[in-house]
Parts: sequence; C-alpha cells; structure tokens
Amino acid sequence: MGLRTLAGMPPALSVQALEKRYDGVQALAGVDLVVEEGELVGLLGPNGAGKSTLVKIACGLVRPTSGAVEICGAPPTSADARRALGYLAELFRFPGWYSADELLSLHQRLAGSDGDRAERAELLRLVGLDEAADRSIDTMSKGMQQRLGIAQALIGSPRLLLLDEPTSALDPAGRRTVRTLLEELRGRGVAVMLNSHLLSEVELVCDRVAIISRGKFVAEGSPEELSHARGVEIETGSGMHSFPDAEREDAPRLVADLVARGESVYEVRILRTSLEESYLEVVEDTQE
Amino acid sequence: MSAVRVIAGYALQEAVRRRVFSVVLWLTTLFMALYGLALWQVFKRVADIHPPNGIEPRPFAGATVFGLSMFATMFLGVVLGVFLTLGVVGGDAERGLLQPLLVRPVSRTQLLLGRLVAAVAVCTVYVACVYTILLLMTGLIGGWWPDRIALPAVELAAGVATVAALSLLGSVFLSATANGIAVFIVFGAGLVAGLLGSIGEALGSGTLKTAAHVASWALPFEALYQDGLAKITEHTAGFASFILKLGPFGGAHAAGPLLGVWIAGYVLVVSALALAGFTRRDL
Repeated sequence: MGLRTLAGMPPALSVQALEKRYDGVQALAGVDLVVEEGELVGLLGPNGAGKSTLVKIACGLVRPTSGAVEICGAPPTSADARRALGYLAELFRFPGWYSADELLSLHQRLAGSDGDRAERAELLRLVGLDEAADRSIDTMSKGMQQRLGIAQALIGSPRLLLLDEPTSALDPAGRRTVRTLLEELRGRGVAVMLNSHLLSEVELVCDRVAIISRGKFVAEGSPEELSHARGVEIETGSGMHSFPDAEREDAPRLVADLVARGESVYEVRILRTSLEESYLEVVEDTQE
Repeated sequence: MSAVRVIAGYALQEAVRRRVFSVVLWLTTLFMALYGLALWQVFKRVADIHPPNGIEPRPFAGATVFGLSMFATMFLGVVLGVFLTLGVVGGDAERGLLQPLLVRPVSRTQLLLGRLVAAVAVCTVYVACVYTILLLMTGLIGGWWPDRIALPAVELAAGVATVAALSLLGSVFLSATANGIAVFIVFGAGLVAGLLGSIGEALGSGTLKTAAHVASWALPFEALYQDGLAKITEHTAGFASFILKLGPFGGAHAAGPLLGVWIAGYVLVVSALALAGFTRRDL
C-alpha cells in the first residue's frame, strides 16, 4: 500500500527504497522520494548519477531491482498510473513523417483522451506551436520538437509530469515559455518532476530540489534551504566593506558600527550561495 | 483491443508514409513484367519442351514456372514482412521512438500484437493479390491452372506471417540491422534445407531427406511452401508426380493435416517468447 497524504489522496509520485543494478553497476542505491500534487520538484545530479534511471522506473520503462514506485497510488506499469502520467524523455524522437497535430492525435487515442481537436490546439498554443500544427516533424528544429514533446506529455491532463531535460534544446525565450507553463500547471495541481542540468531554471521554478549522486539522494530541500550564508557586503562612501562570515542577522549591527565610524551607507547586500554553488559543494563532497 | 487497433493503424501509416508500400509495389510490378515475359516465351515454345516420358509439356512447364513464381511471391512477401517488423522493439527503442508510446496505457503485449497484426494483415493482402495475378497470368497466357487454387495462397501467406513473427521476436533482442540480417539468414537456411531435400530425393539419400524434413518443420515457412507446391499438382500421380515434385527451391511435399496445428502453435510460442523477452527488457 502506498503512502497517503493527510487528505487521504495518494501522492502523485511515491518512491520507496528503490534500487537498480545494471550488470554489476549500481545505478540507484536505495532512493526514497515523495512528490505531492501541485508540487514542482527538481531532480539534480551529475551525469550517471541515476536521474534518468529513476524517471524511467517511474514511467515503467525500466524494471527496478528492488523497492517500490507508485504513481497516484498505482504501480507504474498499470493503466491507471499511465493515465495519470505525462513523460518527456531526454533522448526522445517522434516519427518525422507525422505533423504536430497528427502526433498529438495519436497520443490522444493511446491515452484515451476525449479532448479532440480543441485539446490539441490548446496544447500547441501553450507551447507556442499553434502556427505549426500541420508542419511535419522532420522539418522542425530540435527546440520545436522539444516543445512538441512537452505538448505531447500534457495529453490527457496528467496528474504527474516527468520531464527529463525538457529545456536542453530551447533558446531563452523557449525556456521562459516552459517556465511559465510549469508555473501554470502547478497552479492547476499538476505535480512535476523536472530532471535538468540547467540549475538556474530549476532554482527559478522548483518548490523543492533533490540532489542525487552515485545513486543516492545527498541533499533535499527548497532552493532557499539548500543555499547558505556567504557573508554581507556593505557599500559606503569610502568603498565596499566585505564581511564573509556574517549572516543576515548581523547586518543591522554592522551598519550601525559603520555609521558610528562616520561612514555613509548606500547599500547592504546579504549574500547567499546560489543553487549552483550549493549543488557543486554537495556533489563534490560525495564524489571525493 | 482499442490500443492494438491504434498501434496497428500507426504501423500501417508508418509503412505508407515511409514509402515501404510504393517500393514494394514497384518491385512487384517489375517482377510481374518479367514473369509475363517468361510465360510468353515458355508457352510460345511449349512444343519444343520434351519432359520425361509420361508427362505432358504444358503441365510440366506450367507447374515449374508457377512453382518459381510462388517462391518469388513468398520472397517478396517476406521482404515486406521483415521490413515492417525488424525494428519494432530494438530499433525503435534505440531511436527513442518506442518510449513515448509505452508510457501510455498501452501494454507491451498490445504493442507487439498491434505490430504483428499490421504486418500479417499487410502481408496476407499482398500475397493474396500477387498470387492471384500470377495465377491468372499463368492460366490466361499458358493455359495451365494448378490443381488447387486457394490453399497454396493461404500457405504462402501463413509462411510469410511466420517469418514476420520470427522477425518480431528477433527485434526484441537485436538491433534493426542485426535482426534483418539474422532473419534473412534463417529464411535462406530454410530454402537451403529444401534444396537439400530435393537433392536427397533425387539421390535417394535418406539422411539428406530426414535432415531436410526436420529443417522444414523447425523453420515451418519452408514446410508451408513445400506443401503449397505439392498442392498445385495434387491430382498428378505416378512418375509424372515424382518429376513435378522435385520443384524449385525445395521439392514439393504434402505435409498433412498436422501442419496447420504446428504453425499455429509455432507462431504462438514465437510470440510468447517475444513477449517474455520484451517484458524483461529495460528501455
């Protein structure tokens, strides 16, 4: 029996003691994770850490060696789980001879979606491809195909979206479109697990971040929780004063000291590590 | 069943859009033109053909060229069937085409079944059409008609379906290229075994005949082809029958009523192995 939230609804994704071994290589070594409805979780980790394996097991594409995964309370290979799931693989490809609209139509039939043409038009609009509905996939750029992949993953209004590097081929405008879309989905209660190397994107959009290294979670929390104080900088009339060991709570005292010494204070900056810096610290620690 | 229908439709659409059918259509047209030319030449000079005593030249020529055309029909059908199935699992998984389909409420059984149904349906229609046209050409140009009309066509179609099922099984374990090579080697092995049987028949070698017999049942598309060949001259008896049954690419051999049961069981086992392998495969 899977985990239950207080409201009695199973979480969108529940992973318990998950292990996966490929021919002697331990890809996942006992992973636990829960993604609740409407939560946007970023999955970070170096290449080969086990991110894609975790996502593929959640989709039922890879069999776990041991442990359990449930999608909305159902095993990942069940029809119920798949009806609740949207997925975009890192290395995906769609039949080049299909148009964007035909591809979505195929996935509507496979997903048993009754959304018809209106759903397809809406999804293409959401990813900025409304002008390319009849364009063959062969003639689309990689970025357009990636946006189409996101539209495909949204067929049938999934409750959980698993996106493996969904913005890797997108330009800044495309990334912004996806970011806005993810925020909109969160507002609708859709849970999203975002596997990405673009830490700035993850930091901007995710509620929670889980860092995986060598098949294990090594850190987990909100982007704010994962960052830590990196000092205080105060700009005065005589120049910049740095206090690398100070924290936010020290700022009023430091300002008062400077003013007492006759300095004119123009700006105070509380410095914290970025997600990228926190990530590198955690990962480098575990790689040593 | 709805998912099976959608997958089968997808497979057919793929074949149409990737111009598999148009390539096969052109090749078939070319073959038929050559076959028509051969028929015209053979039957124009049928009086010059001197088969062994007791055999009429027209049935001898008719059975020989039509037997050859049956081989060509099966070969072209196999080419079509293999190209429709060789990359269904391994090839499509490597290219990233398979994963988006399998995260839908589509079981692996439904995916395999849909692809097999599409391949078998296409190959059956293809074999039936080509066989019928060649039969009419032989009858109208050469004035010779086989003893049994429909059953040889059914057996050729079943032979092609068997090869398609083997190709589907291979696609679970091999890349598309390796699978294509493997299936054609298996198909060629069946034909070679048939030739060995013909040689064994001519030399009276029991060992060769037994080896060929075992091979034709282990690779039952060959047994189906041989049975189909036997049926086109089913009502011919005696020495004439012996000569006619030496046929091209494996002699004609009536397999008996168990062949149908064997084929059904064989395709079921091959499909079950494919499913077992596919279920265990990580994508």
